[in-house]
Amino acid sequence: MASIELSAIRKSFDGTEILRGVDLRIEDGEFISLVGPSGCGKSTLLRVIAGLEPQSAGEVRIDGVSADGIRPSARNLAMVFQSYALYPHLSAFDNIAVPLRMRRLSAIERLPLVGALLPSRRRKERCIRDDVARVADQLEIAHLIGRKPAQLSGGQRQRIAVGRAIVRQPVAFLFDEPLSNLDAKLRVHMRAELAQLHRRLNTTFVYVTHDQAEAMTMSSRIAVMIGGELVQVGTPTDIYDNPRDIRVAEFVGSPKINILPGQICDDGRIEALGVLLRLTSSAASGACRIGVRPERIDLGSGPFTGYVVHAENMGSEAFLHLAVDGSDARLVARIDDPRRLPPIATPVSFGFAMDAVRAFNAEGKRIEVDSEHIERVRERAIV
Amino acid sequence: MKPLRTIPLWPAVRHLLLIAGAVVLLAPFIWMISTASKPPEEVFSSELHLIPHHFALWDNLKIAFAKANLWRFLLNGVIVTVSIFVLQVLIALPAAYALAKLRFLGRDALFALILFGILIPPQATAIPVFLLLHKLDLLDSYAALVLPFTISVFGIFLMRQFFKSVPDDLVDAARMDGISEFGIVWRVMLPAAIPAVTAFGIFSVVAHWNDYFWPLIVLNSEQLRTPPLAVAHFRNNEAGTNYGPLMAAAMVIIAPLLIAFLLAQRRFIEGITLTGIK
Repeated sequence: MASIELSAIRKSFDGTEILRGVDLRIEDGEFISLVGPSGCGKSTLLRVIAGLEPQSAGEVRIDGVSADGIRPSARNLAMVFQSYALYPHLSAFDNIAVPLRMRRLSAIERLPLVGALLPSRRRKERCIRDDVARVADQLEIAHLIGRKPAQLSGGQRQRIAVGRAIVRQPVAFLFDEPLSNLDAKLRVHMRAELAQLHRRLNTTFVYVTHDQAEAMTMSSRIAVMIGGELVQVGTPTDIYDNPRDIRVAEFVGSPKINILPGQICDDGRIEALGVLLRLTSSAASGACRIGVRPERIDLGSGPFTGYVVHAENMGSEAFLHLAVDGSDARLVARIDDPRRLPPIATPVSFGFAMDAVRAFNAEGKRIEVDSEHIERVRERAIV
Repeated sequence: MKPLRTIPLWPAVRHLLLIAGAVVLLAPFIWMISTASKPPEEVFSSELHLIPHHFALWDNLKIAFAKANLWRFLLNGVIVTVSIFVLQVLIALPAAYALAKLRFLGRDALFALILFGILIPPQATAIPVFLLLHKLDLLDSYAALVLPFTISVFGIFLMRQFFKSVPDDLVDAARMDGISEFGIVWRVMLPAAIPAVTAFGIFSVVAHWNDYFWPLIVLNSEQLRTPPLAVAHFRNNEAGTNYGPLMAAAMVIIAPLLIAFLLAQRRFIEGITLTGIK
């Protein structure tokens, strides 16, 4: 178990900057997800932590000790790759045993033929066999142990790859999109398994994914990376409810958050689609954007009107795509009961609670709004 | 009435062309087997016939083995081709790995130079290499037959292309597991590249087993002769060339190649169908 500290990590390839100064402290035993659109540098950051890629500037510290210049294997981290990267010519057993053999056997003991004759090798091999068997039981892959990777399904290969990672008890695990080659059903299943594995091992997990659902469901903290920078780091709830940046708001959540064009008036009141909201802001007046999650749109009443352009029935819930009257904005609203789905082209009116509003300025940064002003006026009027 | 055309025209023409090509390629071999099976008086008879009237293959083989130490020459061939192949692999694999998977300054320029090396015919460098071996006092030895071919530019190129197709993740996984860079070449890349190594092996062994030019230049001693030299030697041995034993000897030296190729070919196809990386 170890904490990992990244300070001002920069990395450029041939003049293009992939990482632009990343600072992150990963606590001992936490499950942190690095999430972001493809090409945002999250995999590069993971490879920098692993030592497979040297950073151009900055420092990686593992358990307080600088890891710069330390070879990947000596950092005692384990990595699970997207393609699993199993050795195709070795059986599942040998695949899992490789890291143990590389660590425990001397160069002479590893020699083919000659090494097998040494009594010390035989003793160590027995020990390795026990360790591999223990891991295989843990992951329920004991029956697959004699097969070659080509004879295994994607999910089984995935387990072997995880087995190879956990067998040597590393201080931290690095996962590079390990579930993206699996089919949808298996992916959901493996999500739960990985989360359980984390609880059981209680070791630091660094998990890279472009799938926000994976990040939301498994991690204790999420680090959202966009364009080579960490935009926001926080718990899944925090990231979902309190995005500090419009890119975070748009990336997390499915379907995407609704973004409406808005305006901050000179007196601080906020307008969306030309309708005055019961909200004020101390930010500078001008154009802004109003974000509202699909599940926070209330259909049936409200100051906005539109009509249904498309409906997606998921069985347990449904999503309505709405065109808003007098604007080219499109909205998505969630309906909990798909049996109440209105037909296409039905006119609907809708609104949203003021605490559902997340406002962003023209640069995409979050701006604070408060609805107290109106409330206070009303209180005063009552008094 | 329909014309009598049960066989479509184009496939028939295609097969005829292929058969004609095969006949041209196979004719010398068939003639070799035929001549090897004929007694001397039939070889020199004015009428042409493929099937010998009197089957004399065993006699011709007996004469061939009695006349020259064919076993010795075959052994020479094995020693030379195997040494060349092993050394070529030992050098080509690490070089190909570095060119395919490591990042270093000037890698692409280096690779371009290596490609350039393919364009140089071996005859062009024969005299400098001969003089070099002379200075090293290595002429007329196994070393003279093996050393000039240990660095195979073609081998480096072929293996580099194959290594390019091995996923980077596999190399990274090996690094995470603590395998050194040379360890990666032998423990990860070589097993993954067995089909390519086999293919290269076929090229290398065939080329050097059949090489006549270089051994002819560097060898004097009879006991070092490679199989093609040995066969050639049958010709000017005595007053008249005895073609029957000569052809029988030629059959003997071709046999190992044919057997090796058939065996390797099976491995080769297996290897291709088994490449299930990912």
